[in-house]
Amino acid sequence: MLKITDLHAQVEDKEILRGINLNVKAGEVHAIMGPNGSGKSTLAAVIAGKEEFEVTKGSVELNGEDLEDISPEERAHKGVFLSFQYPVEIPGVSVTNFMKTAINESRKANGLEDMPANQMLKLIREKSELLDIDRKFLSRSLNEGFSGGEKKRNEIFQMAMLEPKLAILDETDSGLDIDALRIVANGVNKLKSKDNAVIVITHYQRLLEYIVPDFVHVLHNGRIVKSGGKELAMELEEKGYDWIKNEAVV
Amino acid sequence: MDLKDKLISSFMAFEDNVDVEHPVHDVRMEAIKNFEAKGFPSKKEEAWKYTSLNSLQKVDFSIFPKQENALEYKDVKRYFLHEIDTYKIVFIDGIYSSYLSETTHDGVDICLMSSALTKPMYKQIIDVYFNKVASKDESLTTLNTAFSREGAYIYIPKNKMPKKPVEILNFATGNEASLLLQPRNLVIVEENAEVQIIERHQSLTSNEILTNSVTEIFAAESAIVDYYKIQNDAGTASLIDNTYINQKTKSHVKVHTFSFGGKLTRNNLNFYQNGEYMDSTMKGVTILGEKQHVDHHTLVHHIEPNCESHQDYKGIYGENSTGVFNGKIIVDKIAQKTNAFQQNNNILVSDKATINTKPQLEIFADDVKCSHGCTIGQLDEDALFYMQSRGIPKKEARALLMYAFANNVLESVRIPELKTRINKLIAKKLGVNLGFDL
Repeated sequence: MLKITDLHAQVEDKEILRGINLNVKAGEVHAIMGPNGSGKSTLAAVIAGKEEFEVTKGSVELNGEDLEDISPEERAHKGVFLSFQYPVEIPGVSVTNFMKTAINESRKANGLEDMPANQMLKLIREKSELLDIDRKFLSRSLNEGFSGGEKKRNEIFQMAMLEPKLAILDETDSGLDIDALRIVANGVNKLKSKDNAVIVITHYQRLLEYIVPDFVHVLHNGRIVKSGGKELAMELEEKGYDWIKNEAVV
Repeated sequence: MDLKDKLISSFMAFEDNVDVEHPVHDVRMEAIKNFEAKGFPSKKEEAWKYTSLNSLQKVDFSIFPKQENALEYKDVKRYFLHEIDTYKIVFIDGIYSSYLSETTHDGVDICLMSSALTKPMYKQIIDVYFNKVASKDESLTTLNTAFSREGAYIYIPKNKMPKKPVEILNFATGNEASLLLQPRNLVIVEENAEVQIIERHQSLTSNEILTNSVTEIFAAESAIVDYYKIQNDAGTASLIDNTYINQKTKSHVKVHTFSFGGKLTRNNLNFYQNGEYMDSTMKGVTILGEKQHVDHHTLVHHIEPNCESHQDYKGIYGENSTGVFNGKIIVDKIAQKTNAFQQNNNILVSDKATINTKPQLEIFADDVKCSHGCTIGQLDEDALFYMQSRGIPKKEARALLMYAFANNVLESVRIPELKTRINKLIAKKLGVNLGFDL
């Protein structure tokens, strides 16, 4: 599904990604771990198409199509979803209206009619129950005055609504207490199928107890320095990142 | 002959058609003298630094329409808030249209200034209120006062509230090559009474129209006034709106100004707080393009203690448009415990658009809370990316962000149908196709 080859990216002349190779197939869950500043969030943003980052070398392909010159919204229409580490507050636009706009824009791009209002309401009800979201919450302005946990839960709610093929969860666990973490992880697990893939970006192993990865990659200095199975995450939890850093130098 | 000379020489012709024995005519004569002495304001005056009336003064405006023009309701229905029942005071080229109007004398007076200025039964009220809060030396106000004859007259007695909102509509049909209109409105809301008013100026022509309007509002103790100004006029229509509000203890007056259209618009909005524990609110949404120009000049004069004022003006300026916000707050020495808030936020969506924004605070009391803030910026790139990443195209995302930016000013609009209307106007003006109903 996603094929990243020798990806280099920079922002304002500072190179952050320095040759990433990653292959994600449908049905798989990949975890990307690494110390702060290793390039995890940059990788997520580059996959989603943030223009601020300039790809200087290499490629990102989605289902065989090179994503270079494809706008963020078109990537979304093709099934890419990025759950933000810091969701942006949009005063004046309610969660419901935002979702209606997003879903119908996506449908329009894929040659479909607007979703009928009753179907939309049903979908909203279903997905908000899945994430244990109070209905009153949906008429509030998007992310405005939401707690950290509410913002993250709302991101996964949006993911559930949009049903992406490739979901990238950027530090979705940060700011969540254990109950919220369970709800969010449960939501992600329910959405997982053999046809979609998930990339979980996290600093800690905690989330991976709930969303169990097939592969774990360690990012350091803009490169994947180690890959392995889920046991690699435990090892990192135990030993910290220093041994990876040392190993990388060697 | 320039416009000023033409106006002064027209005053004699005007006198042929009004009752010169009525005491109001003394007020008019005084006013024309003041206008003659001052003339039109020029850019040399601080208050007119960013708004020039020069090109308007070169237009050969007709001062009086030559004939009465009729309009069919179906042709102008869309300019009314037709979704709900309202009282209507309608003028066509400055002349009252009884056909399009719906006035009342049932417990309240919602009718015509021309009646109020001539009929004996109103004389007592006119003596007390007419030209009592309007400036006697501001030149455009004096010009209006000199030619004051027609407009809306609204009198709400103690403890009354009209059954429905009042619409004041001024249509211009363009039967004249260019026309100057000078409506004069008087609104008196007595103790514990309440009224909602929607005012609109609408040109139906590409001929040049200049409206120099004066509205006086008196809110007595515990009165509530909601005044909405819809400025979405044709591109050849200009408006100078002079509104003066005298408020008494515990009254609440809100003025919303929605400026989307017109060529040149100048809003002079003046609040005088003559009492305690009252609240004055001014809100504005301005969305401009092309070479449109809107100038908001607000004044709140806190004369007594324990009062509040709130100002929130949002502006979105595109293409070659220009905007001005000048918010003056005066707090007198005895006006302790004043809370005065002022906010003016602007987004420039074009490199060629301009906004001049200036808070002007004159505070003589020492125990007050006054805050002011103005911002000029572009749209938040992070918010744009966030929306794009959810599949909303950049153009729609921009429009939606601008819509959201302007939209929160509408929270205080208390007529739901009007709110929906304004929402739609904003969406249309921004070219946003909203994926949801408002």
